[in-house]
Amino acid sequence: MSEQNGAVAARAEEIPPAPGQNRPGVVRRILSGSVGRNLGLVIALLILVIVGTITAGDRFASYDNLLTIIRFASIIGVISIGLTFVITAGGIDLSVGSVMGLATVVASLAAVQAAATQSSWVLMILIPLGVGIAAGLVNGIVIAYGNVVAFMATLAMLVAARGLAELISGRRTQIVIETGFLQFTRSSIIGVPLLIWIFLIVAIIAWFLLNRTTFGRRTVAIGGNREASRLAGIRVKRHLVYVYVLSGLTAGIAGIMMLGRTTAGTSTHGTLYELDAIAAVVVGGTLLVGGRGTIVGTVLGVLIFSTLTNVFTQNNLDTSVQAVTKGLIIVVAVLLQQRFATRGPSGT
Amino acid sequence: MIDDDHAAPLLRVLGITKAFAGVQALKGVDLEVRAAEVHCVLGQNGAGKSTLIKVLSGVHQPDGGVIVWQGNEVSINHPVAALGLGIATMYQELDVVDGLTITENIFLGHERAAGGVLKVSEANQEARKLLVRLGHGNLSPSTEVGRLSAANKQIVSMARALSHDTKLIIMDEPSAVLDSEEVRNLFRVIRELTSQGVAVVYISHRLEEIRQIGDRITVIKDGRTMAVGLSAQETPTADLITLMTGRAVANVFPERVPVPPDAPVLIDVQGLSLRGHFSDVAFSVRAGEIVGLAGLVGSGRSEILETVYGARKASSGAVTVTGSRLKAGSVKAAVQAGIGLAPEERKSQGLILDEPVYRNVTLSTFARFARGGFLDERRERQVSLEQMQALELRPASPERATRTLSGGNQQKVLLARWLVHGTKVLLLDEPTRGVDVGARAEIYALIRRLAAAGTAIVLVSSEIEEVIGLADRVLVIGDGEVLKTTNARDIDEHGVLDLVMKGAAA
Repeated sequence: MSEQNGAVAARAEEIPPAPGQNRPGVVRRILSGSVGRNLGLVIALLILVIVGTITAGDRFASYDNLLTIIRFASIIGVISIGLTFVITAGGIDLSVGSVMGLATVVASLAAVQAAATQSSWVLMILIPLGVGIAAGLVNGIVIAYGNVVAFMATLAMLVAARGLAELISGRRTQIVIETGFLQFTRSSIIGVPLLIWIFLIVAIIAWFLLNRTTFGRRTVAIGGNREASRLAGIRVKRHLVYVYVLSGLTAGIAGIMMLGRTTAGTSTHGTLYELDAIAAVVVGGTLLVGGRGTIVGTVLGVLIFSTLTNVFTQNNLDTSVQAVTKGLIIVVAVLLQQRFATRGPSGT
Repeated sequence: MIDDDHAAPLLRVLGITKAFAGVQALKGVDLEVRAAEVHCVLGQNGAGKSTLIKVLSGVHQPDGGVIVWQGNEVSINHPVAALGLGIATMYQELDVVDGLTITENIFLGHERAAGGVLKVSEANQEARKLLVRLGHGNLSPSTEVGRLSAANKQIVSMARALSHDTKLIIMDEPSAVLDSEEVRNLFRVIRELTSQGVAVVYISHRLEEIRQIGDRITVIKDGRTMAVGLSAQETPTADLITLMTGRAVANVFPERVPVPPDAPVLIDVQGLSLRGHFSDVAFSVRAGEIVGLAGLVGSGRSEILETVYGARKASSGAVTVTGSRLKAGSVKAAVQAGIGLAPEERKSQGLILDEPVYRNVTLSTFARFARGGFLDERRERQVSLEQMQALELRPASPERATRTLSGGNQQKVLLARWLVHGTKVLLLDEPTRGVDVGARAEIYALIRRLAAAGTAIVLVSSEIEEVIGLADRVLVIGDGEVLKTTNARDIDEHGVLDLVMKGAAA
C-alpha cells in the first residue's frame, strides 16, 4: 500500500509547474470552491426535493414540512458536526449516540429529584453538557494517552454508557414535566423552532472553529500527518483530548434537544445514531482517514438523509425500502463527490 | 560495443509532448536508443523522466510526437502493446507480488498453461533458464519472492522482462534500493544483457554510476531534451550538471566561513544517553557553526538528533539551549527554546503532503500569527511567500499542494518553516535525501548561508562526503558512541570509515 502511494507521489513530482497554475479560470475557481466541492451533495439534495415534490405534492413542498425536515435533521446534525472534528483529526467516535442517551437519562432523573426548585431547568441544560464532556474526556485520555485505538476505545464507551444509562434509569423511561425547560426547548423564534436554531448556531460556530481558528488548523494538521504535526511542536495528544471532548459536548447538546423534543429520558435514545452520523459526515466529504473536513458537507449530508426519510414517510413507504435507498444514496453521493471534488485546501 | 555510429537505432522518439490537466509535463522530448547499448537518461526531479518512461511503456499516451521502433512508426496504447513490441519496464517501486514464487512472478499475466491448468514444471524450467541467463542460477524458481532481498527481487523483475522476448528494458532508478555490492552485481547483469543484444535505458541521479555503466546520455530538463547521445565516459561532470540545471555549478560544497572565536554557544549537549541506542554523547555548537555527525546506518545518528529535539525521551543527560536547560522528551519545549528539526523522512515525518505549501511553512507558527485563536491566513501566506522567495523555492506559489513539489523544494519548505519561526538551532537529518544533483548544491549553499547568518546547525547524513564537505566540525559516531571529534579539514571519508570499522571490531 505504501509503495502504491510512493508511485503516485513520484508521478506527481514529475509534473513540472505550469505557468498560470495560480490563476485558475472562473469555472475552475467555482468548482474548487466550497460550492464545487459540495456540488454532488447539492445535486443529490435537489433530486430528492424534486422526487418529493412529484410524489407527495403539497404535503412535501410546504414551509411546515421544510421545518419538519430540518427539525428532524437537527439532533443527528449536531452530533455529526462534533464527529466531523474527530474524523478530520484522523479518529472515530462510536459512542456519540449512547452518550446522548446517557445524558437524557441523567438529566431527566435530576429533574425528577429537583422538581421542587425553580432553577432545575437550567440544571437540565448543564447536566447533559457535563455528561457529554466527561464521556469525551474519558474517550480522549484513553485514546491519546493510553494509545488505545479510537475504534475500540469508543466502542467500549458505546457499550458502557448504554449500560450505565440502563443501570441509572432501571430501564424505565423518565418523563420530564419541568415546564420551564419544556417551554424553553419548545419555544420558537421568528416562527422557527429552537431545535433548528441550535443546529444552525452549532453549525456556524463549528464552521468558524474548523476553518478560521488555530483549533481547526491543529485538527486538520493532526489528521493530515500526526507525526509531522508532533515534530512541528503541536501538542498532539492534548489536542486529541480536546477533539473528543468537543464530540462529547455536541452529544450532550443533542441530549438536551432530544429531551425537549420527546419530553423523555431513556437509555434507548440515540441507538445506532453513530452510524447515521458517520454516514452523514463521510457522505459530506470529510475524509475518513483524516486531514480534510467540511462542516458544510456534513450539514448537507444530514439534510439529504432527513429529506429522504421525509419523502418516504410522506409516501407511506416501507422503512426497509428506505434503508436500501439510504445505502444507495451513500454510494452515489460519494461517487458524485469524487467526480466534482478537486482536491484543494481543506475545509469549507 | 557500438562499432557503427550510423547503425539504425532500435528506438527513436521525436518531439513527444504530454500534458496532464493543463500541466505540460513533456514539451518535446527526443531520444534515440541503439541495440545493445546502455542509454542513460539524466534529469532533475520534475524534468519529465517518469512521464517519458510511462509513455514508452504504454501507461500514458503522448499528445504529440512520433515513436519509431525498429524503423516503423508505432503507437503504444497499452502496457501490453509495449511488451508485445519488446519493451519492458522495471519500475522503481518493484512490482513483484510477495506471496507468489519466483516462477509465478515471472509469468504473471502470461502464465504457462494448457486449458487453464498451469504447467508448473515447464514454467519452473523456463524460469531457471532466465535466472541463469541473468547469472543468478543459484535462485530456486519455487522460492517465495517475499523472502528475497530487494536486489534479488530486482532480478526477478528483470527475468520477467526477459520472459517477453524483450529487446529494450527501461530501468527506473534501479540502484536506489541497493547497496554498493548489489549495484556491482546489477551492473554485471546489465552487461550480460547488452552482450546478448538487449538495449537498456538506465535512469539514475547518480553520475558516478552513469560513468561506470552507460554508453550514451540524453539529458532532459523541464520536459525538453537538452542534449542527445553524449558520451557517458567523456562528458565532463560540470557540463552535465549545467545541462540538467541550466546553471553553471562551480563548486558543490560552499566555502567555509570561519566561526568567530567569540561566537556564543547556542546548544550544549552533555552526557546524553538513550538506552539501547547511544550513550554519553556530548557536543556543543556555536552560532554560525555547522557540526556534522558521521557514521553508518544504525550507528545512532538520527536517534541522537531526535533525542536532542525531545522527540525521544533521553534516559539521562542534558540539553541546554542559550543557557536554559530543556525539559527532556518535550518537542514543544525544544521548539519554544528555538530548536528546529528537518526530519529524515521528509514525507512521513515532516510534511502534510495534501495541504498547501504555506500551511506547511507555518505549521509551527500559525498560532503566533493568530489573534485570539482566529487564524490570520493572509499574514501566513505573505510570510510564507517571503521565505519561499528568499530560499528560491520553486514554484513560489503558497497555495500549491506540497505533494507536487520536488524533493529539494520540499526540503526548502521545512527550512522555511524554521526560518519563519526564528530558529537558532537547526537539526538537519539527511537534508539531501531524494534531492537531485543540481538541487543539492543549492541546498548546501543554503545551509551554509543559514550558518553564516548566525544559526547553529547539526547535520546528519549517510553520505560521509556530504558531512565532511559541509561541516566545520565532525563527530564520528559508531555503535552509539562518539568515537572522535575533529575539525572537518583534518579528516576524510577513509578516516571516518577506518574509525567506524575499528570501533566495530573492538
